[in-house]
Amino acid sequence: MATVDWKSGIVSAGGTDLHVTRGGKGPPIVVLHRDIGTLERLPFYDALARTHEVIVPNHPGYGKSPRQEWVANVRDIAAIHRCLLDQLGLSQASLVGLGFGGWIAAEMATFAPSDAPRLVLVGPMGVKPPRGEILDQALISYIEYVKAGFHDQSAFDRNYGATVTTAQLVQWDLCREMSFRVAWKPYMYNDSLPWLLRGVRSKALIVRGDDDRVVPDSAASLYAERLPNATSETIAGAGHLIEMEQPDTLARLITSFIASN
Amino acid sequence: MHLMYFTEQPMKDYPADAGLEIGFTSLLMSNKHFDPVVGSRLYNEFLENYVYAEEMGVDGIMLNEHHNAPFCMQAKANVFASLLAGMTNRVKIVLLGNPLPLTDNSVRLAEELAMIDMVSKGRLVSGFVRGGGQEQLATNANPAYNRERFQEAHDLIVKTWTVPGPFRWEGKHYHQRVVNPWALPLQQPHPRIWIPGVISHETIIWAAQHGYPYIALNTSIEDTKKIWARYDAAAAEAGYTPGPENRGYLIRCHVAETEEAALASARQFLWMDGEFTGRLKPVWASPSGYFSPSSRETFVNFVAGQSASPTRPRKTFEQQLGDLQIIAGTPKQVVESLRTIMRETRPGIMAFWGNDGRMSQADARTSIRLLGQEVMPALRETAKELDLKSPFEADMPVSRDWANAQQKRAAE
Repeated sequence: MATVDWKSGIVSAGGTDLHVTRGGKGPPIVVLHRDIGTLERLPFYDALARTHEVIVPNHPGYGKSPRQEWVANVRDIAAIHRCLLDQLGLSQASLVGLGFGGWIAAEMATFAPSDAPRLVLVGPMGVKPPRGEILDQALISYIEYVKAGFHDQSAFDRNYGATVTTAQLVQWDLCREMSFRVAWKPYMYNDSLPWLLRGVRSKALIVRGDDDRVVPDSAASLYAERLPNATSETIAGAGHLIEMEQPDTLARLITSFIASN
Repeated sequence: MHLMYFTEQPMKDYPADAGLEIGFTSLLMSNKHFDPVVGSRLYNEFLENYVYAEEMGVDGIMLNEHHNAPFCMQAKANVFASLLAGMTNRVKIVLLGNPLPLTDNSVRLAEELAMIDMVSKGRLVSGFVRGGGQEQLATNANPAYNRERFQEAHDLIVKTWTVPGPFRWEGKHYHQRVVNPWALPLQQPHPRIWIPGVISHETIIWAAQHGYPYIALNTSIEDTKKIWARYDAAAAEAGYTPGPENRGYLIRCHVAETEEAALASARQFLWMDGEFTGRLKPVWASPSGYFSPSSRETFVNFVAGQSASPTRPRKTFEQQLGDLQIIAGTPKQVVESLRTIMRETRPGIMAFWGNDGRMSQADARTSIRLLGQEVMPALRETAKELDLKSPFEADMPVSRDWANAQQKRAAE
């Protein structure tokens, strides 16, 4: 299998510097990462990049994108990413949002209903779950929070190693601080979003793990109900962090959804 | 020298086993373990002890607040400050302090404090704090904006006290259509502001820049000296030379008729160190965004449970006695230890933290009596010898801003 040639650099999106990683060839997919940031390389990105160009921006204040003091909510982040896509000529790219990134992707889709023709939301946050609550990372340590995202605990070691480095803890802390800045109260949702979703024209795929202990199943159901063109898939034996637990299964679902839409 | 009495207002009677079983005694330990009948008795005992402390000769009563934990029953310092404003006659009522980031309406806080100042006939010292990490979680205050909210609320309160209304406040975290409270402080230009803390560099520097006394909370002599070095450097940069009137110190201190009795009761201080209570998850003490970015690497390992607390290294009772972080003994013994601290760190304000853990009411009152009648008079003599003046004795300006404005006016 050919190795993907990943390239990273800073792109200024309307005056906001974002760290963007790109690799692969084919129809573009923009992946919006989680509240815990993202590892630089993931087998999931490689799997998508076999048939697509994959673009992974770090959200402002996450990973290698510098924090902007004025960014105060998730819609600010969504607006910055829309600006980025316009600048890169990727307005019509498929959007794949992972968890918290799913919230950002959904907000982006509400800005411009004709853009984002294909929208994949994986265990998306962003709506108040009709039943249950989004797991509150403020009450548990970084490691406990990430571990709660896996159905199979060996997946944690596989991705982060048995002993977590100080550098990784610092990364999680920076991400957590930024998440608090934009989503502290109400925690990890926007009350307006379910109403705005009704105007989104994207073909949407909602993916959930059958053992997601971070975002209740009812949140995914609400998305599926409110988005006019949505289908749902459940992955067995997966938690919240599906892309790190079952990268190939998730990549196959996404690429076949994009191919058929 | 200003000498104060302080207690955390411990909830002495709760099933300790419940906390030991779940491994924490704060934030998420169910309040089903709180007994309001006991709470009512204890609140009244605390009040009796404050009044008794005034009778025994202390200069001030220091009050604080915490939330969701048995180590401190006082959830709103202003409530006890209001009670003491009416129940006492002479002591300063020293709030150390109101946790500014926890309030969404700083003008209302300014109003409450003005009322307390007027009812007490000008005896209020209005300290401000950021609030502990878990207080942010208990009250849903965003830790990522903790310092910004602290500073903006402070600015708004001081302006409310000193600039005639009405005016409008459009800040980042606070927005007030009309600032024009009818109640204003009796003390002019406003009550003194003292800032307590441990080792947060930013807070020490901020206090020095404003010319507010900093009250070091039970730090080791070595750490206290580092705090004063940092404070003095920031003060020099701000254009003034601080003295003992800028320095306060809180010390756990128990006095009894015999050394044996004093040591037995003083062991109760350990309950805050996690023997009985004071157990919490590190992530609650240090939510992301709360601590200084310059210490991020140190704190993340603590939060992840991979290292000990950077602010409160765990020490045995004997180590703490040896390091003079707990003082216990007969009046004579206690005076000797406290004189060492006074000589070494030269504070103009001292607070004595008593009545902790499951200490009996009788022991708590004996300590207050001996502190007020035997220890404090001896310390006042030492303060004279060492020229340790309180902010009141030194007639220190309430803030650098005020001092500078006065100078400017005089020059004109």
